[in-house]
Parts: sequence; C-alpha cells; structure tokens
Amino acid sequence: MTKLDAASRHDLTLRVNGRSQTVNVESRTTLADCLRHGLGLTGTHLGCEHGVCGSCTVLVDGVAARSCLMLAAQAQRHHIETVESLAVDGQLNELQQAFRELHGLQCGFCTPGILMTLTELLKTNPDASEDEVRRALSGHLCRCTGYENIVRAAMAALAQGGASHGPR
Amino acid sequence: MKPAPFNLHLPSTLDEALAVLAGSSNARAIAGGQSLMPMLNLRLAGVDDLVDLNGIAQLSGMAQDGDCIVIGAMTRQREIEQSALVARTLPLLSEAVGYIGHNQTRSRGTVGGSLCNLDPSAEIPTVAMAMDGELTIARQGSQRTVPMRDFALGLMSTCLDADELLTSVRLKPWPVKSGHGFVEFGRRHGDYAIVSAAALIELAPDGTVLRCSFTLGGVAHVPCRVPAAEQMLQGRRPEPEAIQKACAQASEIPALTDPAYPEWYRQRLAARLLERAVHLALERATPALTKTAP
Repeated sequence: MTKLDAASRHDLTLRVNGRSQTVNVESRTTLADCLRHGLGLTGTHLGCEHGVCGSCTVLVDGVAARSCLMLAAQAQRHHIETVESLAVDGQLNELQQAFRELHGLQCGFCTPGILMTLTELLKTNPDASEDEVRRALSGHLCRCTGYENIVRAAMAALAQGGASHGPR
Repeated sequence: MKPAPFNLHLPSTLDEALAVLAGSSNARAIAGGQSLMPMLNLRLAGVDDLVDLNGIAQLSGMAQDGDCIVIGAMTRQREIEQSALVARTLPLLSEAVGYIGHNQTRSRGTVGGSLCNLDPSAEIPTVAMAMDGELTIARQGSQRTVPMRDFALGLMSTCLDADELLTSVRLKPWPVKSGHGFVEFGRRHGDYAIVSAAALIELAPDGTVLRCSFTLGGVAHVPCRVPAAEQMLQGRRPEPEAIQKACAQASEIPALTDPAYPEWYRQRLAARLLERAVHLALERATPALTKTAP
C-alpha cells in the first residue's frame, strides 16, 4: 500500500491534457493547486476552495469534477483535462469562440470551469435542451453575466455540434 | 485555505484500509471528498492519517442479492443517477439523487460518504431511513449489520467507531405497483434542502393503503419517519382530507431551528412537502386514477 508521509514531498505521475508529467507535491496538495503551482496550468481558477463556486472544475476521465475537492495523489491513474486542452493549435475551439462572440464572459474568472462542464455536456449530450444546459450550469457561479449570454453561447455551440476537442 | 498536513494512505483493499484505521489514533477515511475536503480545506477537520477509499474496487458497484439491492459504499451518486437497475427497483433513490448538489459533485460524491456524513437534510440518508435500509459495517476481523435507524445517532453522528468503515447499504425494493415521491425545498437548485420529504405507498386491491412510509429530511437532527402520519393512513382510503390531516402530523415534530429557518418555518414546510410527496406517490401507485382525480 502506498503511503505519502505528511512531512515529505512526493513525486507523482499525472496524465494531464494527454501528457504524462511528474510533479513534486505534498500529500495534502489539492489537484487544483498541483495544476496551478506544480504544472503551471493556471487556466484552472480557484474561487471558494470548498466546492461551491465551480471555477476549478476540470474533467476527470471525461467527467466534470471539482479540482479543489480532490487531492493531487487521487488523480493518479486518471486522465485530467483542463481548459488548456480546449484550444486547437492556438485557435479557440467552437465553444470558446461562441463564448467570445456572444459575450459569455466578462471578467472571465468563472469561465474555465464553465467551459469544462460544457465540454462534457457537448460530448455526452449533444442534443441538450436549454433546460439541461441551465441545470449543468447550476454548478457554477458567475457574478458578471447574469448567465443569459453563457446559456446563449452554450446553445450556439450545441447547434454547431461543436464538441471539438484539443489534443488528447 | 489548505488542509493541515496529514499522512495519506492509498489502500487498494478493504483489509489494508481497516488496518490503517485500527493503527492510528486520529485517522479518517475519505470517500468522494465532497464534504470532508471542504472541512479539511477550511480546517474545520484535521487528521493525522487520511485513508483514501477511492482505490478499493470491492467497495463500489450495485448488485441484486435475493430480494434486495446491495449498493457498495463507494458507488458514485452519478452511477446511481444513471443506473437502470436503480431506476427500476429503487425509484425513490433514483429521484432523490437528482437533488444532490450538482453534476460536478455527484461525479465524485458517494452513497457511503453521504450516509456517513449524515447531514440532517441529505437525500441518501433520508431514502435509507424511508426504506429501512441495512448498513454493513466492517472493522479488522469482523463485520456487523445495523439498521439505518440505529446507524443515525444524532446530528451528523453515526454509530461508526473510529476503526470501522461502512462497506455497503442494503435496500429492499417496494413492489412495482407501489408509488414513490421525493420532494424538497431549497433556495436554489443544488443547495442543501431546508426540508425534504419522501413517501412510499403500496395500495391494496380495494384502494386502501396497505403499507406506507413517510420520511422527513432537514427537520430533526437526523432524517426521521413520521409514524403518526403513517398510522393515520394505514388501512384507510387515501382521500385528500385524510392525507392533509395525516400530513399535518409532520408539523408536530420538534424541528431544527436557526435564524434563517426557525422551527415554525421548517414545521410548516414539513407538513406541506409531505403532503406533496404523498400525492406524488399516490399518482404513481394508481396511475389510472390520476386522470379522474379532481
């Protein structure tokens, strides 16, 4: 059985955005902090750090989850996808483009988490209704937009069948 | 806001996990982490040894065992939500799980985690109470089975000893022709319910109530049955006035109180929501009658 001591740091191998990387963390390091500080993937934002706001949402084996409520060590042997996986060759993907065109963000703090939730929705439920979009978004707080433009952007991406993904 | 340091144990079998719990004076198991991680992050909880149950395959999954369904403690809430077996045999659970948090938390949150956290308004404990669930608990070298009413000791307190783990919950499906209803009231979708109500009703061929189970979440310190209401409808024809009178019993239960939601408010909600759950269950128990009902 693996035991990660409280007193020392540990090398973990994590598969993030299709690449296996080794990162040196403490046993108590959350996945969110590991992504940001260990791997430099600062696209994942930390808001409340107790699972309420949704900013830190990433995909774990394709399923949306809060990275502030997971330990980095628990992410071993799973595939983690962050907002950095979405753009293709430096170009915004269709979902991101829809957010840009339809003003689905203002300050952008909540956007990375929302994009990951919608990435899962586009893939698993490409015919999602507005109701289902709103239900999926209920796990995210946005203090700027009032959500209307986020819903509009999500519906536009769904209409385009826009489940295009970054590299696996 | 980071957890205080702890030793993290990553067992792959139940025995390994139980050995760590037995050998540490301040150990805690972590399941989906959707309640314990916030408490660790906020430092409302602190442990020397954290035992991660996520690598223990034998603790997750659902199976039919005789006339019961056995659900492993590490089965994710999302698996319950998507399970055809649960939808067919435990529709009350299926309906209740949709109210838990959000997609993004049900993906990690587990059945056992919710039972052991035992928030007074949590959905899975309410269903376990409604269905007289039996919980299987393991410690090194032994195992015991405890009914839900004895498992739930008090506010967020279970009968689990420090070296014990919940391994599964056993629920006995009600007959296919019975009806179920789960309703709750909260300020926003995904919030903890202020009050929730669960009803199960089986009708006799003559239309009287053969068996019923009424449960409230968010009212008492633990989810509680409303035996007074159950007894008032037992053997009776479920007419609207009889239902209203029975459900009014729900507001007699001493309720939790806080500045935002005082006792009288929860008690009023309890009676109204229970009535709604009972009507929902009746519609489903007798679909032919719904169309002609006023």
